[in-house]
Amino acid sequence: MAVKNIMIVGVGGQGTLLTSRILGGLTIAGGYDVKLSEVHGMAQRGGSVVTFVRYGDKVAEPIVEEGQADVIIAFERLEALRYAHFLKKDGVLIVNDWRIDPMPVVIGAAQYPENILEDLEKDHKVYKVNATEESKKLGNPRVFNLIVLGIAAQHMDFTKEQWYEVIEKTVPPKTVEINKKAFDVGYGIAQ
Amino acid sequence: MGERVIMLGNEAIARGAYEAGVKVSSAYPGTPSTEISEYLVQYRDDVYEEWAPNEKVATEVAVGASLSGVRSMACMKHVGLNVAADPLYSVSYMGVNGGLVIVVADDPGLYSSQNEQDTRMVARAAQIPVIEPSDSAEAKEFFKAAFELSEKFDRPFIFRTTTRLAHSQGLVELCERVEPEDKPYEKNVTKNVMMPGNAKIRHIEIEKRNLELAEAANTLPINVVEMNDTKIGVITSGIPYQYVKEAMPEASVLKLGMVNPLPRKLIEDFASKVDTLYIVEELDPVIEEQVKSWGIECTGKEILTVQGEYSANMLREAILKQDLGLKEPAKAPGRPPILCPGCPHRSVFYVLNKLKMHAAGDIGCYTLGAVAPLSVIDTTMCMGSSISTLHGMEKAKGKDYIKNWVAVIGDSTFMHTGVNSLMNMVYNNATGTVIIMDNSTTGMTGHQDHAATGKTLQGDPTYAINIQALCRAIGVKNVYEINAFDLPLLEKTIKEENEKDEVSVIITKTPCVLLDKRKKPLYTAHADKCKKCGMCMKPGCPAMTKNPDGTIRIDDTMCTGCGLCEQLCKFDAIELVKEGE
Repeated sequence: MAVKNIMIVGVGGQGTLLTSRILGGLTIAGGYDVKLSEVHGMAQRGGSVVTFVRYGDKVAEPIVEEGQADVIIAFERLEALRYAHFLKKDGVLIVNDWRIDPMPVVIGAAQYPENILEDLEKDHKVYKVNATEESKKLGNPRVFNLIVLGIAAQHMDFTKEQWYEVIEKTVPPKTVEINKKAFDVGYGIAQ
Repeated sequence: MGERVIMLGNEAIARGAYEAGVKVSSAYPGTPSTEISEYLVQYRDDVYEEWAPNEKVATEVAVGASLSGVRSMACMKHVGLNVAADPLYSVSYMGVNGGLVIVVADDPGLYSSQNEQDTRMVARAAQIPVIEPSDSAEAKEFFKAAFELSEKFDRPFIFRTTTRLAHSQGLVELCERVEPEDKPYEKNVTKNVMMPGNAKIRHIEIEKRNLELAEAANTLPINVVEMNDTKIGVITSGIPYQYVKEAMPEASVLKLGMVNPLPRKLIEDFASKVDTLYIVEELDPVIEEQVKSWGIECTGKEILTVQGEYSANMLREAILKQDLGLKEPAKAPGRPPILCPGCPHRSVFYVLNKLKMHAAGDIGCYTLGAVAPLSVIDTTMCMGSSISTLHGMEKAKGKDYIKNWVAVIGDSTFMHTGVNSLMNMVYNNATGTVIIMDNSTTGMTGHQDHAATGKTLQGDPTYAINIQALCRAIGVKNVYEINAFDLPLLEKTIKEENEKDEVSVIITKTPCVLLDKRKKPLYTAHADKCKKCGMCMKPGCPAMTKNPDGTIRIDDTMCTGCGLCEQLCKFDAIELVKEGE
C-alpha cells in the first residue's frame, strides 16, 4: 500500500500524545511499516502542536510534507486553519468545532479569525463536530479526542474491532468504556 | 526473528542500553533526551540509573562506572554537554575500561532550547567519536555498536540524536540482553590520572587511536553505500538520510553511521563514482568542510541552510530544482507556549509585574514569564545563570540599581547549578533577592524528580535536600517560604526583601498544577456582576476569555481552580462553584 499521511494538530495539553499512541498501536495491528513524529517539551505547554503519522509498505521520513496529508485531525479550529495547507488536493479535514484563544488573542494583540470552517470548506472536504460539548454529555470533556478519532476512522484502513482493541490497550483501564463510547459517537456521525 | 514493536527513538536507545548490557546510567533531564532515562526504568533489575543534579555530575558518574569495568552511559541535551565539557575533554584522553557512551540530543529547529549548537562540533574539539542513527531501529542497533567500538578502540563515544529522531516512533525488533563480563580493574596512573606528565603521553596515544578508528571507519558496517543512479550522489547521516530517500529514491547515497571521524577512503571512492556530490546535514557543515578540505568537489551549505530542520520538500526544491506549487499557509495568529491554567508561576509573575520589577530569568517553564502579559523576565541565558547575572549587574552598577530587580529560578535548576551562583552572592557581599519558584519537580521536561523532591528516578523514597536549610547553610540570613498563591504576603515579602542590603531568598513553594492529581475546584464568572474592568485578565490565564459583550467567561474544561482570578476580582463576579479535594 502507498504510504498514507495523517496529521493530528491541536493545542498542547489536548491529548495529542495519547492519540498518537493509539494510532501507532493501530498501524502495527494492521501489519504496516509505520513512523510517527510528535512534539514534547516546551510546546506541550499550551502551544500549537502537531503529530505526524505515516503508514504503508515502507516509510522513510517520519514527517508529513506540505501538500501531502490524506487526513488532518484538528482538535481546535485555529489549528485546523494553521495546518490546512498540508492537505493534498483530495485530503480530508476533521475538525473539533471548538475555540481556544491563543495568548496574542487573549491580550488583544491579534484577532481570532472568523468563519474559519466556512472558509476551509471552500477548498477542502471538512467534517466538523463540537466534540468537546458532545464529550461533556458523556460525562468527561477529556474524551473529546476519541469522538474526533471516531470520525477519522472512516477515512483510515482499520476495522472497528482493531480500534476497540487498541483503545483498550492504550487508555487508562478505568476510562476504557467511556473512551469507546466517545469513539462510537464519532464513528456514528461519520456514517 | 524477535518481536517487532513500535518505539520512540528515545525508547529504542533505552532498549539498546538494556540489550548492550549497560549497568550504570546517569542523566539530567533535557528535551529531547529525557525519555531515555524514563524508559530505562523498566530494566531496573539489570541497569542502575539515576538523575544527577547536572550533566557534569552525570558524565563523571558514568566515567567512574566505566573505570570500574562495566558498560555505562550518561544522557543529556546538547546544551547539557557544555556543562559536562570539563569531564568530556579529559575523559577523551583517559579512554575507557568498560564501554562508555554519552547520549547527546541536538535540537535543530529549537523546539525546546536556547540555542541550536551542533554536538558534532564539540565532539570534534574534544576528539570524541560520534555515532548517529537515522530511525528507531538504528537507534537501538547503533547504540549497541557504540559500546563494542568504545571498548575495541578504548574511546568514549558520543551518541548523537536530534529532536526528530528522539521523538519519532518506528518499528524495532527486540533482541536479548548480552551480559558482557566486567572488565578487570587495573590501577593505571598514566592512563587515569590526568596531570600534565600523564596527559602529554595520553594525548599522543589518543591521536593514534583516532587515526586507527578513522581507518577502520572505511569498512565499518554502519557506514553504508547505496549505489543507484550515479548522476546524483549524496553523503548524509541521521534523520536527513530519510529526507534524501523520500525526495530522491533514485540517487546514490553514502549514509554515515559514524560521523566522527570520517571514513576518508570510502568518501573519496564514493565521490569518484558520482557526477554531482551533495552533502546533506542539518546544522553546521561538519562533514562538508572536511570533505572539501580533501579537495573533493561537493555542494552543501551553498544551497542548504545551517538553521532548523530539513525536509524532503526542501531537498526537492534545493537539489532537484522542482517547483512544488505549494499553497501559502493561511494567516493565523501564533500560538506560542504559555504557562498552564493554575500554574503557580503565574501568580508570582503577576505580583512582580504589579510591582514593576525586572527579573533575571532561568531555564524552565517559568522562562515564559518573559512573555506578555506577564513580561517580567528581561534576560535568560542558561541553567543557573539568573542568580549570577543579577549579581553581575549589582557589582557593575551598585546595590541601588537592583532594588527593582530579582532573580527567578526553579527548584530543579537551582539544584543544577543555581546553588553555586548563590554561594557567590553570599561570598561576595551581594544584596540581591532570589526567588526560587519551587514546584517540587523538573516541570518543563515532563516532571522528573531531583535531589530536593524526596524521590529517586525510580520513584522510591529518598532524602529530600531541604532548599531552605541549604540556603541558610550557605549563609543566606533572610530565607522565606511562601505559598505562591498568597498574593498579599508575596507582595509584602518581595517589597521588604528588596529594601534590605543583604541577600534574600524567597521560596515560593506550590506544586506544579499538573502533578497535583486531586480533584480540582472550579470557578465560574457571573456576567451580571462583571464590570469588565479587566483585572482578572492581567495574569494571562488561558482559561479566561471574554464574551462578545466584554464580560468574562471561564472555560470549565481548563480551569483548575487556583483562585487567582477570584482574588483579583473586586466585584465578586467570580465564584467558587465546586470545591476541590
